[in-house]
Amino acid sequence: MSLKPSAKSLFDKVWERHLVCPQTPEQPAVLYIDRHLVHEVTSPQAFTALKERGLNVHAPQRTFATMDHSTPTIPFGPDGQPVYASEDTKAQVQALQDNCNDFGIELFGWDSPNRGVIHVMAPELGLTLPGMTIVCGDSHTATHGAFGALAFGIGTTEVSHVLATQCLLQNKPKSMRVTIHGRLNAGVSAKDMALAVIAKLGSGGGTGHVIEYAGEAVRSLGMEERMTLCNMTIEAGARAGMIAPDAVTFGWLDRREHAPKADEWLKAVEEWRQLRSDDDAVFDAEIALEARLIAPMITYGPSPDLAMRVDGITPTPDDEIGRNGLDYMGFTAGRPVMGQKVDVVFIGSCTNGRLGDLRDAARVLRGRQVHKDVRMLVVPGSEQVRRAAEAEGLHEVFEAAGAQWRLPGCSMCIAMNGDMAKSGELVVSTSNRNFEGRQGKGARTVLSSPATAAASAVWGEIADPRPFMETPCVA
Amino acid sequence: MLLEKFKHLQSKTLVLPDANIDTDQIIPARFLTTTSRKGLGRAAFYDWRFDEAGMPRNSDPFAGKDPLAHQILVGGPNFGCGSSREHAPWALADFGFRAVVSTKIADIFKSNALKNGILPVEVDADTHADLLACPGAEVIINLQDLQIERLGVWKQSFQIDAFGRRCLLEGVDPLRFLQGCAEQIAQFEAKYA
Ligand code: SF4
Repeated sequence: MSLKPSAKSLFDKVWERHLVCPQTPEQPAVLYIDRHLVHEVTSPQAFTALKERGLNVHAPQRTFATMDHSTPTIPFGPDGQPVYASEDTKAQVQALQDNCNDFGIELFGWDSPNRGVIHVMAPELGLTLPGMTIVCGDSHTATHGAFGALAFGIGTTEVSHVLATQCLLQNKPKSMRVTIHGRLNAGVSAKDMALAVIAKLGSGGGTGHVIEYAGEAVRSLGMEERMTLCNMTIEAGARAGMIAPDAVTFGWLDRREHAPKADEWLKAVEEWRQLRSDDDAVFDAEIALEARLIAPMITYGPSPDLAMRVDGITPTPDDEIGRNGLDYMGFTAGRPVMGQKVDVVFIGSCTNGRLGDLRDAARVLRGRQVHKDVRMLVVPGSEQVRRAAEAEGLHEVFEAAGAQWRLPGCSMCIAMNGDMAKSGELVVSTSNRNFEGRQGKGARTVLSSPATAAASAVWGEIADPRPFMETPCVA
Repeated sequence: MLLEKFKHLQSKTLVLPDANIDTDQIIPARFLTTTSRKGLGRAAFYDWRFDEAGMPRNSDPFAGKDPLAHQILVGGPNFGCGSSREHAPWALADFGFRAVVSTKIADIFKSNALKNGILPVEVDADTHADLLACPGAEVIINLQDLQIERLGVWKQSFQIDAFGRRCLLEGVDPLRFLQGCAEQIAQFEAKYA
């Protein structure tokens, strides 16, 4: 009998560290949660459940809230108050404020210099750290896996479980490794990489799995880009996406508000270095891609996996569903999508609402004009992003080009706050979902990188961003 | 909210053959502004049922179907993908559904459904094809024996999370179960840095 401990993946290591009770055939594991993030849409019913049962929040110090989905992005009214799209959205935000107050949870609200889309805000504050378990009533919680955390979305009933016990009942998912070899070409971004992975896996291809992203192309991404990649893991159906932390991660986190300090920091980094898959770790599934074969991507149907090169032609669907999808988009099989008339461009969301994303868009827009038939919204992912962008003058670039510079929030990503497209309008969006009606009833969404979205705004049609970007000369 | 027990269900199917029916279809985001979990049945598949002017669509797949007689929803592959909103199973349950059948059901939706008395049943492609081809078929789902049967035609077993099954069969409340682990949680926290 071998005494050699079996090789472990990054996911195994984080999972095991948080087991309060192991999984048995009769019951799921009881998993301890380090960080619980809360927003206004998926929490009210959970707080109600606590109140009905007379329960407290078990670990308010591990729980942080912000408001982002229903909040307006337009300037405050003359009374100095936010101008909500409806009484319902206002009541929802009010409910979060009341609940946080009643249960002693820190809320990054209207008065906070740190308010923002929850998955943009938490990493900025160092609330997201390697090796943590992080949950939120929101499927894009996968974003935080970029730091080597195990982070996944939960339903509202589970939100109440975590509030009440700081634990979750979970069956251990399977593991998958997605290795991306080589380097991305100039003009190709992490968003294009994410769309290429999803196109390869299909929208249900990751179901039941936690994905670890590996390979040179992943290692060479900055932190913001890693977040973009992990963010869209759910669009392949997977629970979570993870990237082993490294010097890039530690450098980004150093001195963030909630990150450990001084000796604590050194100790933490030492521990975090162990957070990588052992060389002989075995995954339930493995796939690989070549980075150099990835081009700027765009979606051509109402599902994020229906993605192709922006300069390609739409495939001919082999079934009714595919045909309906193309019909909905108003696209024709076997034709380019470049040249399709664009009505709205949205830059923002927890996928692409960070400083680097805004820089990418500004680089295309500088000295150019948004096409007269296009309405363009640029929505920073957080107050921190907004301040940093304004310090660089990016807002002036956007406004000079004719785009609207807004307050932080989810905005047109989910179209709950009044920012939405009209029926039939074609939106080029840097967000993560293009389902029918996601950005407004009857609205048609194509997903792209910030550069592709900005290029399309200028051109008035879906456009390849590469000619718009002064790229360094590569032989 | 405590769950109604679920042992056995016999009902007609309602078939929505589209693949990748995401939670934005099941309940569009503009209905998420609620702070209650009640009364969301009216929003279920809203944009499939009503047009821009709020008038019923001719293509409404639910038109003329008594929800009480059609408690089993058969969806195309990869049902319930997209957002984690529990409003989706709340809306379906409020509409009257007690089970969802597909070849593949998205993880978070599956977990949310179980917590709201909707049984997610994954079947093989052949069984699925038969169900898609026969809308309104009389189907029996037996949670005790983990069997799904098209009355008098075929019978199949299915898999489901053992704990989720127990919760539904015995009316075990998962939160109460977790609270029962208070001692282990306290021990874990005591030695957790
Ligand atoms: S930006 Fe979009 S995906 Fe991200 S949290 Fe907000 S609504 Fe969800």
